Amino acid sequence: MTAPVLEIGRSRLRKEDARLLTGRTRWTENITLPGMLHMAILRSPHAHARLVNVDVSAAKNADNVVTAFSGADVAETQGVLACAWPVTEDIVLPTYTPLAVTEVRHVGEPVAVVVARDRASAVDALELIEVDYDPLPVVLHLEAALGEGSPLVHSDKATNRCYTWVFDAQAAGSGGAMPDAAEVVIKRRYVQQRLIPASMEPRSVIVDPSGGEWTIYSATQIPHVMRFLLAATTGTPEHKIRVIAPDVGGGFGGKLAVTPEEWIAFAAANLVGRPVKYTESRAETMVSAHHGRDLIQDVTLYANRDGTVTGLDVKLIANMGAYLGIVTPGVPLLGAFMYNGIYKFPAYRFECTGVFTNTTKTDAYRGAGRPEATYAIERVMDELAVEVGVDPLEIRRRNWIKHEEFPFATVAGLTYDSGNYEAATDKAMQILGYDELRDEQATRRANQDRVQLGIGISTYTEMCGLAPSRILGALRYGAGGWESASIRVLPTGKVEVVTGTSPHGQGHETAWSQIAADQLGVAFDDIEVLHGDTRTSVKGLDTYGSRSLAVGGIALVMACAKVRDKAQKIAAHLLECSPDDLEFSDGAFHVAGTPEASKTIAECSLAVFTAHNLPDGIEPTLDSEATFDPSTFSFPHGTHLCAAEVDTETGEVAIRRYVCVDDVGKVINPLIVEGQVHGGVAQGIAQALFEEAVYDAEGNLLTGSFADYTIPSAFDLPEIISDRTETPATSNPLGVKGVGEAGTIAATPAVVNAIVDALRPFGVNDVPMPCTPERVWRALSEVRS
Amino acid sequence: MPRVTVTVDGARYTDDVPARTLLVHYLRDQLGKVGTVVGCDTGNCGACTVLLTDPDGVPRAVKSCSVLAVQADGAQVSTVESLGGDHPVQRAFHEQHALQCGFCTPGMMMAAVDLLRDNPDPTDAEIREGLEGNLCRCTGYQNIVRAVHAAAAEMRSAPTQEMPLVEAKSAEVTV
Repeated sequence: MTAPVLEIGRSRLRKEDARLLTGRTRWTENITLPGMLHMAILRSPHAHARLVNVDVSAAKNADNVVTAFSGADVAETQGVLACAWPVTEDIVLPTYTPLAVTEVRHVGEPVAVVVARDRASAVDALELIEVDYDPLPVVLHLEAALGEGSPLVHSDKATNRCYTWVFDAQAAGSGGAMPDAAEVVIKRRYVQQRLIPASMEPRSVIVDPSGGEWTIYSATQIPHVMRFLLAATTGTPEHKIRVIAPDVGGGFGGKLAVTPEEWIAFAAANLVGRPVKYTESRAETMVSAHHGRDLIQDVTLYANRDGTVTGLDVKLIANMGAYLGIVTPGVPLLGAFMYNGIYKFPAYRFECTGVFTNTTKTDAYRGAGRPEATYAIERVMDELAVEVGVDPLEIRRRNWIKHEEFPFATVAGLTYDSGNYEAATDKAMQILGYDELRDEQATRRANQDRVQLGIGISTYTEMCGLAPSRILGALRYGAGGWESASIRVLPTGKVEVVTGTSPHGQGHETAWSQIAADQLGVAFDDIEVLHGDTRTSVKGLDTYGSRSLAVGGIALVMACAKVRDKAQKIAAHLLECSPDDLEFSDGAFHVAGTPEASKTIAECSLAVFTAHNLPDGIEPTLDSEATFDPSTFSFPHGTHLCAAEVDTETGEVAIRRYVCVDDVGKVINPLIVEGQVHGGVAQGIAQALFEEAVYDAEGNLLTGSFADYTIPSAFDLPEIISDRTETPATSNPLGVKGVGEAGTIAATPAVVNAIVDALRPFGVNDVPMPCTPERVWRALSEVRS
Repeated sequence: MPRVTVTVDGARYTDDVPARTLLVHYLRDQLGKVGTVVGCDTGNCGACTVLLTDPDGVPRAVKSCSVLAVQADGAQVSTVESLGGDHPVQRAFHEQHALQCGFCTPGMMMAAVDLLRDNPDPTDAEIREGLEGNLCRCTGYQNIVRAVHAAAAEMRSAPTQEMPLVEAKSAEVTV
């Protein structure tokens, strides 16, 4: 008997591709229901104003218009949008209504609605709505917003401070006292600019209120969370709500949201009693969907002259925007446990203050808190290297956790189960040609070349697999972090896997098939993975935070084990032996010592279907269900190296070579992992070089289209050389860690460190992001003058 | 209301359309050609890219959000649906894992088809420049570049491979 080919570890081509490649995709916007109407939303042109009067009567009377309404018209029924993460006891929680009722607090906030027979008529009729705005003072600057006498975003709250959250390692028992002084003290301020997630598919929703129940199609990452929150905040019976996330075109955290538009469409459908569709324009996405990042980081690093860090103090001011989305306040705190990175710091303190401003809310964007933390620590470690006069790789070696020291309890209170920073770094250096490039750099410096070379290093780790429910509870998050999977074994031996994860480009249909194939001994093509419909996937907590594989994948393994255990009893009965005499291999149960006597899962399934000859007292089904709640996080890590050329006359930056070696534990599908790394790195580079959401002094978004908010094209990005080391996670049976966010977390500091490294001889020690030619040129000009 | 006659993926359609109707909305809303999608409203993302014959009858990639339906009167349009499912570009995108969420993919592939007709053996840089008008948020483009190379190689080795939209089929449909 030849050894079976394992599916796990194979670069299987994706099952998802066929419909995507042929245009037969079920995007929400592609779905048309009988009797469906279209909705358009009038949005505030003011960043802050009192609504004096909203008159929709002319719009109501326009051709093709079925109804029009304002926030006041649905004030009692539209529900509210909830924040699921009130991070402190005294957090300020503003009322967040889908349609503004008395006041608008950011440009783009929904004010009124038209429902019409077609989209064009609905948009046309928006122009007939008359709104009297009484403008109010606008709050935009984070530090000014906290000052005495600042105008208020929420006049009923007496402050723009949303919360202050502190982690003190000494108080928590995970670290010592912060040093009063040190041989080396490095203080830096970094600004994480505001970013826009910008998945290519805009958000879209259809609400069908037919038949006394509500079927909702939404381009969302979180159909299960949406169902719960819609029930909880509108009083709609949960069992009457079905949420379907059909094919969803990317998310990156931008669809980890329940949106005003979903709630408004719900209100509109209830008003007219017919299905209502709303798909936002890109301009609407940019101005009103949540943004990411946007915080000020004040970092103080204490160290000995030999480069050993003795303490790290981090103070953040984080922009919440005008309202709180489901995890807005918690996003910066996901970084709280990561500012110490891969290092052994004896002392650590973290403080974050959330601030309201008259901008659209911030919330999760790929990495959510961890890219910010990684950026700060990896930037400031470079500064330390310069200060004590050693290579930036050497400063990391002197402080990082050595591979023999795992499991390691960090100063931030987490226990890293596994890792090998030395191996990943050595491999990355070798692939990059680190030493040769350092030589070239020295030559260029000596020659005072116009184009200088810099090498940027990012040795990152992150916490994935969100999340152990008890820890979430301790952090005051409103839900758990478990995930669910169930298996249906059909009479012909084909298998349906139902997962509570909700993919939107990650390839779960393929990867979950690979896992189930190995676990059940069923062919890859005989498995169908079902997801994203709360009627088939009844339980789930959806997809975000690199959790799907590390949590949902484990639930799947557990569900498969239950099928196998039961099938073993049935096989033993059919083979007239004891279950203990059976071994499961090569997709079948074999009698030990008599391997030709065997039963496959399919044979057991047919036996269950006929139920003619089953053991006494056994239920005639092989189906199973499992829910997995992780006991800890997983900790991918890796080393990213960027060699960048910087033109010291024009400020232009060209990435010459980008190498990443990631350790995401065991890999289910190398092809998919590599794709995730490429895309993640692209978004990390984008933050470093290209993207920034900018508001003017009146709170208008200046970067409200893809013409102004410059997400990179193929022409803007380099070839990425990616490789892996494999240190299996010890915290789950697959040894997996998660990969969705790694590239984004790692890449940004690698690129900026490279730029700053190139400019060190000129005395430059920082360039604010994004490092556009102008910003680089200005940084050089400042030190030259 | 202006009347247009357009041949789309080999079938001819005649319709009255409001003059302001964009080609992409005509394709999607009136013809049900929902393989072509809308990703932005400023002509930047390229998700809506289709091939449209120019006055000489040569198919060219256009962003169908930047063309009025009436401008396509008398022309032939090829959408992703014309590729059939087994086109070298489709196969290469699948085999090179050049798509994740897949939203940009129809437009990206149509742009690639156009690029490869002009340049059957492009370099990396030529591919990256040639696809500059099509944005992808998932892949970092690297596997898209690989896929275009792979498709180019296959199409060079089998030059009889029929380009989409060379000639319309005889089907005649009036809506």
